[in-house]
Amino acid sequence: MPAVNLGLPSAGAAIALVDGSSVSSEQAELAELHHLEMEAIHNGSVASVHSWELVTAVDGPGTRMTLFLSGCLLRCQYCHNPDTWKMKDGLLTTLDDLVARVKRYKGVFDSTGGGLTISGGEPLMQPAFVTRLFEECHKLGVHTTLDTSGFLGKSASDTLLDNLDLVLLDVKSGIPETYKEVTGRDLAPTIAFGDRLSERNIPVWARFVLVPGLTDAVDNVDAVAEIVSRWPNVQRVEVLPFHQMGEDKWDRLNIPYPLHGSHPPDEALLVRVRAQFEARGLTVF
Amino acid sequence: MTITEGVRSGTDDAGRTDFASGPWQDSIDLRDFIQRNYTPYLGDSSFLVGATARTTGIWAKLSEMFPEERRKGVYDVDATTPSSITAHAPGYIDQANEVIVGLQTDAPLKRAIMPFGGWRMVATSLETYGYPVSPELEKVFTDYRKTHNTAVFDVYPPGVRRARNSHLITGLPDAYGRGRIIGDYRRVALYGVDALITGKKNDRAELDMEPSTEDIIRAREENSEQIRALKELIQMAASYGSDISKPATTAREAVQWLYFAYLGAVKEQNGAAMSFGRNAAFLDTYIERELVAGTLTEEGAQELIDDLVIKLRIVRFLRTPEYDEIFAGDPTWVTESLAGIGEDGRPLVTKTTFRFLQTLYNIGAAPEPNLTVLWSDALPEGFKRFCAQVSIDTSAIQFESDEIIRAEMGDDAAIACCVSPMRVGKQMQFFGARVNAVKALLYSINGGKDEVSGKQVAPATTPNADEVLSYDTVFPAYLETLEWLAETYVTALNCIHYMHDKYAYERLEMALHDKEIIRTMACGIAGLSVVADSLSAIKYATVRPVRDETGLVVDYTIEGEFPQFGNDDDRVDTIAVDVMERFMKMIRKHPTYRDAIHTQSILTITSNVVYGKATGNTPDGRRKGESFAPGANPMNGRDTHGMLASALSVAKLPYSEAQDGISLTNTVVPSGLGHTKEEQITSLVGLIDAFTSATGYHINVNVLNRDTLEDAMAHPENYPQLTIRVSGYAVNFVRLTREQQMDVISRTFHSH
Repeated sequence: MPAVNLGLPSAGAAIALVDGSSVSSEQAELAELHHLEMEAIHNGSVASVHSWELVTAVDGPGTRMTLFLSGCLLRCQYCHNPDTWKMKDGLLTTLDDLVARVKRYKGVFDSTGGGLTISGGEPLMQPAFVTRLFEECHKLGVHTTLDTSGFLGKSASDTLLDNLDLVLLDVKSGIPETYKEVTGRDLAPTIAFGDRLSERNIPVWARFVLVPGLTDAVDNVDAVAEIVSRWPNVQRVEVLPFHQMGEDKWDRLNIPYPLHGSHPPDEALLVRVRAQFEARGLTVF
Repeated sequence: MTITEGVRSGTDDAGRTDFASGPWQDSIDLRDFIQRNYTPYLGDSSFLVGATARTTGIWAKLSEMFPEERRKGVYDVDATTPSSITAHAPGYIDQANEVIVGLQTDAPLKRAIMPFGGWRMVATSLETYGYPVSPELEKVFTDYRKTHNTAVFDVYPPGVRRARNSHLITGLPDAYGRGRIIGDYRRVALYGVDALITGKKNDRAELDMEPSTEDIIRAREENSEQIRALKELIQMAASYGSDISKPATTAREAVQWLYFAYLGAVKEQNGAAMSFGRNAAFLDTYIERELVAGTLTEEGAQELIDDLVIKLRIVRFLRTPEYDEIFAGDPTWVTESLAGIGEDGRPLVTKTTFRFLQTLYNIGAAPEPNLTVLWSDALPEGFKRFCAQVSIDTSAIQFESDEIIRAEMGDDAAIACCVSPMRVGKQMQFFGARVNAVKALLYSINGGKDEVSGKQVAPATTPNADEVLSYDTVFPAYLETLEWLAETYVTALNCIHYMHDKYAYERLEMALHDKEIIRTMACGIAGLSVVADSLSAIKYATVRPVRDETGLVVDYTIEGEFPQFGNDDDRVDTIAVDVMERFMKMIRKHPTYRDAIHTQSILTITSNVVYGKATGNTPDGRRKGESFAPGANPMNGRDTHGMLASALSVAKLPYSEAQDGISLTNTVVPSGLGHTKEEQITSLVGLIDAFTSATGYHINVNVLNRDTLEDAMAHPENYPQLTIRVSGYAVNFVRLTREQQMDVISRTFHSH
């Protein structure tokens, strides 16, 4: 995998790995690379990165650097980033390079009340890296946010949570069977992770993607609302209307798109679903 | 000069307390007057009021006329009266109800002819819109009276003509008024015209004592012209029943006197940009005085500003379709610079600053006047939030870095046109349009030949013969072409401004300047992001030239990826900075007319469309004819790391090497700023703070959905006031050509 060049002065062709050792892209070292890569990802000095972006008003408060990591175990039917599913498709990037970029935007974060959001993919596929980057952020006084499905919540260490200011927790469905239909996985780990965040009183913005015909059943929405309302640390619920903008990515990746022809929710449906959350005293956007 | 008369002591008949005295009473010093007398306002927008019935009535009357104007291109023209300060009889929209009066001609929206810049421009415009061309006037302005346009072409050397014909240099003010000169219109209100004439006569006495060198003779002639213009200004105001020979004594008079001064300028000069200055804090001193005395209400105060702004919105010039291609949407750039921070740290924000912004609600969104906020993160929170709110609601205002402008020019500077800062009454510029930096790159690859016509335009050099383009070969060749271009460009501008001073001198605007002024020679670059991306492609990817049968490089194939401008990526952003710095250095090598200080802008107005149209395929993958990005913008769709990352790339372009300004236009969809209006306001304030803190100079913000624009293209009648910001100014979207509308729609819409 080539290194992501972040355009920073420190960025070079070689990938800096553990404790100053480095690896070049030369043929002779290729065989070794795979092993070193895995080791580096495991200890968190390198991550498989899809991309980064400076965003406002999504992914947490203020203007944020959102880092999209590669790799996810869920296969949500409505995924709008299927190009982030596989860790091997990402670009290896060192912790140092990313810390340098976070530093570069410290002023932006200060002006806007923003910070760093790690998203994906599923960031908890690379928990050591997330932990280390969040630790560095806190040393710099930068607000941290994790955007996760919670499915791999168990992988999040206490140190990671110690350095976490906000979680964007996707509760993709409230009925286990529906959850499985939507994502291919189980609901329980997400609830367990939410409980853990609640115990630690880490602020959560819960998110629910509303897909007509898939997640919009009254009892499914009610079940999400029920789960979320158990957690007093949930500051808001964001009901995200499904959109078709991800379809071209599925096409490009030659993956059959299950929601071809589906429509975004209409206003009436959005109003109904938001009201279901509001009925439980939640702040809804 | 000494000014001893006027509103100077005690209280007046209406019980108003007097203005604080100071050096402004002894010589013309508007800044001193403002600093001693203005009242900073630190609160929010809750004090503002809506429009009075009188204001809405006047605006409704005009609004009925706009559809016809839009359909025909012009509403009406006085085709036989060459305009001057006094040429036209008084005109009114609704005489009984106008609080502030005065029109360019004897009727609203009736355009005047201004032939001194060039007869052809007048004749072509009249023919375009179906008006007869007077044979007598044609004889006068071709046989008897030489125009600026004729004079410039008398002196252009062949290299300039070639560069001009091949679209390497376009938009030059050689056939129309140069504009970008801001008279200090406040002087008329504060001192009255008699005192200004006295001042000019004192200047003249000094000039008379100097030896009669060419410079001094010119200065004396200009001084005489200035005094003549001031006298005509008194006459013009008198025709509306006002005696402006004496200072304004009331708030209404202050607004009226100020407007008469500006009106005199736009009656006489069809300048590319006829900017208004920095007037809000000045006017506020008069308004606040009466509010305190209880002789004026907030409704009355707002009505004065609303009525003034209505007048500023209907400034019109007669222009040709070719002109509209470069400056789309009939702009006049009546730029009013608002806010900023004073040198003593007090914000120059007054209630009247808010009132100017409030006009966008009271009489709806509009492109003119070009309301420009001089932004600093130190501005009062209430004001910042109101600016962001207005920007989100109307997309009609722009922001420029007050920190940068104040550091360079102090706290009484204003923007001319889009992004050009100047000290009011103390500085002017020689407007120089811009060169096509992209074409120059293609010329350097083709040995000085035009990539479209194949003609030899730049001096012949060895064409590039490589199979794969190498940065180390292409870049030095490019620099060589730029050296020639810089010389040719300054030559053209020197010719133009020599003749403009001689044949189309802005006598009234210059009468409202000091005797000794700073002049800048405002050069400019178009297509910087295409150049940066092209050089980046050559450096980081594999670019192979494709040659036609004559050996001319007409296309490029690109293998591999390369960093693109607009992603806060230093690898390519430094290329943009390097090109811009080097070109500025090259410009500085060449002496200028009247020793003007060399500057440049990274600004295109809307010429990015025509420039692109005339330029072949480029090494970054841009196709022949495709528009350039506007101003300093990254190319559409290539800035993939968010709006702020895009802005931060632009913020790297150093202002010191582009003192005429660097323009950035961004479009974001409303939901991209937050769920609620409050959130959106907070986000936008933060973004502008972040951008200006990162030494960003200028930003236009459009908060719009693409759907809205598409619907407006299909149903223009439903969007008469839809306003969008383009490059340094705003336009009525529905008045753009289809091509320009498509360009706007194809731009990056940031969704967060």
